[in-house]
Amino acid sequence: MTVVFLGIGATAALTSANSFDSKKLHISSRRLVSETKSTFFVVRSDGRLNSGSNRRAQILITNAVATKADSSPATKPGHELLLFEALREGLEEEMERDARVCVMGEDVGHYGGSYKVTKDLANKYGDLRVLDTPIAENSFTGMAIGAAMTGLRPIIEGMNMGFLLLAFNQISNNCGMLHYTSGGQFTIPVVIRGPGGVGRQLGAEHSQRLESYFQSIPGIQMVACSTPYNAKGLMKAAIRSENPVILFEHVLLYNLKERIPDEEYVLNLEEAEMVRPGEHITILTYSRMRYHVMQAAKTLVNKGYDPEVIDIRSLKPFDLHTIGNSVKKTHRVLIVEECMRTGGIGASLTAAINENFHDYLDAPVVCLSSQDVPTPYAGTLEEWTVVQPAQIVTAVEQLCH
Amino acid sequence: MSSAFSTISTIQPLHRTIDNPSISPLLGSTSTHKLCSFHVCNRTASASSVRRRFSVVADSDVVKQQKTKSGSSLSSLLITKEEGLELYEDMVLGRSFEDMCAQMYYRGKMFGFVHLYNGQEAVSTGFIKLLTKEDCVVSTYRDHVHALSKGVPARQVMSELFGKTTGCCRGQGGSMHMFSKEYNVLGGFAFIGEGIPVSTGAAFTSKYRREVLKKANADQVTLAFFGDGTCNNGQFFECLNMAALWKLPIVFVVENNLWAIGMSHLRATSDPEIWKKGPAFGMPGVHIDGMDVLKVRKVAKEAVERARRGEGPTLIECETYRFRGHSLADPDELRDPAEKAHYATRDPITALKKYMIENKLVNEAELKAIDKKIDEAVEDAVEFADASPYPVRTQLLENVFADPKGFGIGPDGRYRCEDPKFTEGTAHV
Repeated sequence: MTVVFLGIGATAALTSANSFDSKKLHISSRRLVSETKSTFFVVRSDGRLNSGSNRRAQILITNAVATKADSSPATKPGHELLLFEALREGLEEEMERDARVCVMGEDVGHYGGSYKVTKDLANKYGDLRVLDTPIAENSFTGMAIGAAMTGLRPIIEGMNMGFLLLAFNQISNNCGMLHYTSGGQFTIPVVIRGPGGVGRQLGAEHSQRLESYFQSIPGIQMVACSTPYNAKGLMKAAIRSENPVILFEHVLLYNLKERIPDEEYVLNLEEAEMVRPGEHITILTYSRMRYHVMQAAKTLVNKGYDPEVIDIRSLKPFDLHTIGNSVKKTHRVLIVEECMRTGGIGASLTAAINENFHDYLDAPVVCLSSQDVPTPYAGTLEEWTVVQPAQIVTAVEQLCH
Repeated sequence: MSSAFSTISTIQPLHRTIDNPSISPLLGSTSTHKLCSFHVCNRTASASSVRRRFSVVADSDVVKQQKTKSGSSLSSLLITKEEGLELYEDMVLGRSFEDMCAQMYYRGKMFGFVHLYNGQEAVSTGFIKLLTKEDCVVSTYRDHVHALSKGVPARQVMSELFGKTTGCCRGQGGSMHMFSKEYNVLGGFAFIGEGIPVSTGAAFTSKYRREVLKKANADQVTLAFFGDGTCNNGQFFECLNMAALWKLPIVFVVENNLWAIGMSHLRATSDPEIWKKGPAFGMPGVHIDGMDVLKVRKVAKEAVERARRGEGPTLIECETYRFRGHSLADPDELRDPAEKAHYATRDPITALKKYMIENKLVNEAELKAIDKKIDEAVEDAVEFADASPYPVRTQLLENVFADPKGFGIGPDGRYRCEDPKFTEGTAHV
């Protein structure tokens, strides 16, 4: 089965196991799509096949992306939708599949979610399963954790990621730690999700990036979605994971449109996504900055550069394999992120790359992050706090001279 | 059906002692904040008459008020011999265990913060002995006895305190984090108030099972234990609201021992009567004598059954006292010795013993036999803990993630958790 669909600024191709041809793909892929629900297998980079018997059986689709669109037609056309609808689709499929999956948050029920991610779900599943909570983030996050310990699989929605600062106590102390301090007795399969990032003049408190605050918490995983395709896949993967997962969405990306497969698919929480293979420089990014990078990439290609763009997706832990392979190929790294300069994801990633791949670098890792400034309301000032495509182009030119 | 809440009329409520200073438990600290300031705090002239009212202030359609017979006292037998022995044994276990903890601490077998429960046994025993194995208990850092009452073997608790791998949490939790999946002890929390939302969640699961998953016999009740200091914390109020809003099967048990380390409850709280805060959220609030296990048990039974029937939460304030300091590191200099002496006379174990002997339920020999049995059990727990191994290096990273794929993919393309150095515990994560 081959599926073709267009992303923004990138095209993707998927091949089935039967017609796997490593030369067709421009990067080595480690995961392949499997048709059957009960088994899947993993193709190692050296071509060996491992059966996935020691892992939970699920359908995995590779997100290995090639720049060339595969010309053979899809067996099913796929369907087009917006990112928030993709999140809802993933959420609904998981709620259908497992009755223990429930949603808790402010205005998720009758209102349908402040960004409509849970629209109509309360009508379908009832008020207890899609629970409208009072405005008490710390307590309802703790409540979700208690529910997870006793057998449910709750999804906590922060109306804005920034509100989860109020839940930091529960997220850090309980969500991250309880599995460990209980000696492995209790699992906390929660998903904490919500929109964050700099929007359109939302003001400082509604424009926060919490990735940096949560990244040190041991015991949690963090992922950031950026396209409808990976939004749905990551949502499903996060719900199925036994670990607590924080899924970072972005306020400005909810209305992105893309065609996604009709078949069920689940993405890998720990993997990065190759957006555009290249040779000259590795650009690592996530969430909204992916689009700024791709916009800059157009300019760069016209100027004769060949950037390799990777959407790291997994903010904690980092996919050092995909990143490492890229660094070994291009020897130059530019990180473009929306997180704060100090102690952000980029800072951690820089450290990780320097530690692991120092020998392969021809130049120091350059990290473009947002300014350490509370996001101003004024549009012009706000524009200057986040990284713009022009800055990315300049940075690449400097790195590659 | 008679409501046990009406027994408050026979119980010495907190405020009643103002009439009778000689019984005053609220001698407060040796500083100037004594009982008189409690008078001053209450501005209205009719305040004292308000406080004299014994009836439970609750939603009228929630709790039926029943008149008790005048002069009804608790000398009508409330327990059978078997129940009495069970309660006695549990309280003695709690007391002996905590005394042994203190000894072991001073001998260097355990470290860190250890908070002992001496004096409060009536609350733990009175409530937890009414529960089934599937019911959940959530506690604070003063959790050894809650775990023991719920059924966690003394050996496992002692091993946990010694930091051995045979502890209930494999030595990873320690004194303040007692967990047991088998006995449904959901912790053990170091920050106060942190466990209350977790307990609310456990109660939510019970309701969810009944109403969404349609399991008709899902009626597990959750008990949340916490102290007077916690009742000024936001999580307390937020959870009272949610529990009452959704009629969750939970009982909030306040162990008001009047002191939050060195902070007297009266100095920290604008209205010290915590039971009053229940009705503000739409649930019954009850105040009981937490030094008397029979009184506790009677009210607890009502509250637990109310929750089990699906009628919602209850807030129960237990007036109790801890004989030792806040923790083993607390010099306990602030509390008035007269206050301590007063509560020592209300020792719950002595009280139950007296009750059972006076009412000819048991004889001295039977109780002594239990004392001996418990002594041996605690000694055995210490021996077991002493002989148990310490955790090895490989244990360090095992429980960070339920799914160890969460450690990510290493540069070589394999999951970190597959690296043999990882399982040896020497890998750099």
